[in-house]
Amino acid sequence: MDNIASGDNEILRVEGLSKTFTLSRKQQKIEKTRATKKVAVDDVSFTAGRGEIFGLLGPNGAGKTTTLRMLATLIKPDKGDAFVDGSSIVNHPEEVRAKIGFLTSELKLEDFFTPNYLFNFFSQLHGVDAATAAERQRKLFERFGIGDFAEVKVANLSTGMKQKVSLVISLVHDPDIIIFDEPTNGLDVLTARTVTDFLQELRSQGKTIILSTHIFSLVEKLCDRVGIIIDGRLTHCGSLGDICGDLSLEDRFFEIYKEAKGDEQ
Amino acid sequence: MRKNNNILTIFRKECARFFGDRTLVFTAIIMPGLLIYLVYSLIGSGIAKEMQEKIDKAASADKTVMMVENMPSQLAPMIDSLVYFKSGVFDTAEVFAQMRDKENNTIYVVFPENLAVDGRLTPVAPDAPVPHIQIYYNSANLAALQTYSTLVTVLNGWEESVANVFDINADPATQYDVVRADEEREEELDDLLSKLVPMLILMMMFSACMAVAPTAIAGEKERGTIATLLVTPMRRNELAWGKILSITCFALLSGCSSFLGIMLSLPKMVHADDFAIDVNYYGFSDYVCLLVVILCTVLLMVAAVSLLSALAKDTKSAGTLTVPFMLVVMAVGMTPLLGDGVPDNLAYYLIPFYGNVQAMASVFARQVSVLPLVVTLLSNLCYTGLAVWVLTRMFNNEKIMFGR
Repeated sequence: MDNIASGDNEILRVEGLSKTFTLSRKQQKIEKTRATKKVAVDDVSFTAGRGEIFGLLGPNGAGKTTTLRMLATLIKPDKGDAFVDGSSIVNHPEEVRAKIGFLTSELKLEDFFTPNYLFNFFSQLHGVDAATAAERQRKLFERFGIGDFAEVKVANLSTGMKQKVSLVISLVHDPDIIIFDEPTNGLDVLTARTVTDFLQELRSQGKTIILSTHIFSLVEKLCDRVGIIIDGRLTHCGSLGDICGDLSLEDRFFEIYKEAKGDEQ
Repeated sequence: MRKNNNILTIFRKECARFFGDRTLVFTAIIMPGLLIYLVYSLIGSGIAKEMQEKIDKAASADKTVMMVENMPSQLAPMIDSLVYFKSGVFDTAEVFAQMRDKENNTIYVVFPENLAVDGRLTPVAPDAPVPHIQIYYNSANLAALQTYSTLVTVLNGWEESVANVFDINADPATQYDVVRADEEREEELDDLLSKLVPMLILMMMFSACMAVAPTAIAGEKERGTIATLLVTPMRRNELAWGKILSITCFALLSGCSSFLGIMLSLPKMVHADDFAIDVNYYGFSDYVCLLVVILCTVLLMVAAVSLLSALAKDTKSAGTLTVPFMLVVMAVGMTPLLGDGVPDNLAYYLIPFYGNVQAMASVFARQVSVLPLVVTLLSNLCYTGLAVWVLTRMFNNEKIMFGR
């Protein structure tokens, strides 16, 4: 497996991340298991380089979101560590949080406030000075057309508008590494296109993007390298060419999935 | 990059959230005071009506006996329908002894000699003391109290009709109410206030905390907005301090509203003159001490309710979780009713809430000592610091923050 980003370009290094959850009775019923523990992420290692889009591809429940939540320091790994531009997610989570932007449907914006207020509020929490924040806000709001609803409370925005605001809020501090969990989920085709175009723009600016998805076309369109994650294990990692060969990503993924699951299917 | 003051940023955000929500401001600040005012005024009116009925009944059942010395003859027709007269010169000690019996409805009136001669008021020399009418009564007997009040009104009316020439019960050194000296009345009032008011204050503070704390902490979890805060580089203890300080301010505002409601409805609750409370009854230092105790109590209570709110997954379960805590706090609030005055042992002031209640009781009993107050204040600050530390750990705990 080609888990390593090329040369000294590396900005993210993930080393043997593991996470186990205790299942409640309700979760045991949903998962149809009697086991009280579930290994969500099992010894995952990979790296990502500057100016690279790295995709984590896998089915629902494979451990993609858990991996990203650990990278964003929302939850702690049971084992292993990851280094974001040299800062450990285990030992220096505050440093890591200052270096990353994280976007997931789990992170909600306060319905009561407007995009203008929220941009200023999060800029202050990230220690961005007022002039820089104002300039950044102008550019990002213009890029996503947020100016039209900048003074409308989040509660009154559509799903697409909220997603745009969330995306912009995650970038208030202009991070070098941006982690997106299912960035186009639930979006209409127009907003989804705006988001994917923006991710490519970010890459061209030298930003690193780690995204999780189960949409093959998104990976094929955006990702420089991809890690396939099944049942918490990173089974394959590398460029699309290395992983797929002559096959399409979808066909290759199902081959890999079959190999990994074997008789369980 | 600028230097962060994240506590202030969180504080300002909480203020914008709270004051920008009219419903929240109404339910947390305006409604408590308004409700207390309306309910207490209603109860007060009921009590006043019942009291008046009792007085009227007592007055109509038995005419008061009025033992009188030197009464001008023209006064008799004015009060004849109210009282049986017993004129003469009496043994004061013996009369007072009789009057102290609650069932005895006698009042004892001493007019100055020669106040009026042949139906006309005797002129008073410019440098001579103003004639002084003394009326002794037993305030425990409702009929006597009512007659005393009527007699004062009649005499004042008479005085105005004939010229302003005499005073009634004007000697501050004399105890006219034969059963209750001023000191005794003050002691009773101090005792009553020190036993009841700390509990009332504690209840107000608790409802104020409950109005704001669960929304600010459990509400953030419920709405999913806490995670958005937790992925910023802000330290968790800054989030904890920002939350606790802002909630404390809102709780204090809510408490002030309840306090205003009580103060405005108090005149309707306590009609009798002998229960009237003047703001000057307590000194400036008493008010300062009370403010300090209230501030640190609110801080401690907010810290405790915040911890419980952080444990809860939503505002509804925060309400359920705080019920046992509320019962404990209410029970502690009632301890002055059971005890025999405020404790001297400083160790008691280290006990959270119990020490606060005793410190408040000492203020209302006008027995404030500096040391217990300092112990209460410092221990409360320590407990709040400890609570912030625990809250910080809870913000760091993924099971508590994201557990379902």
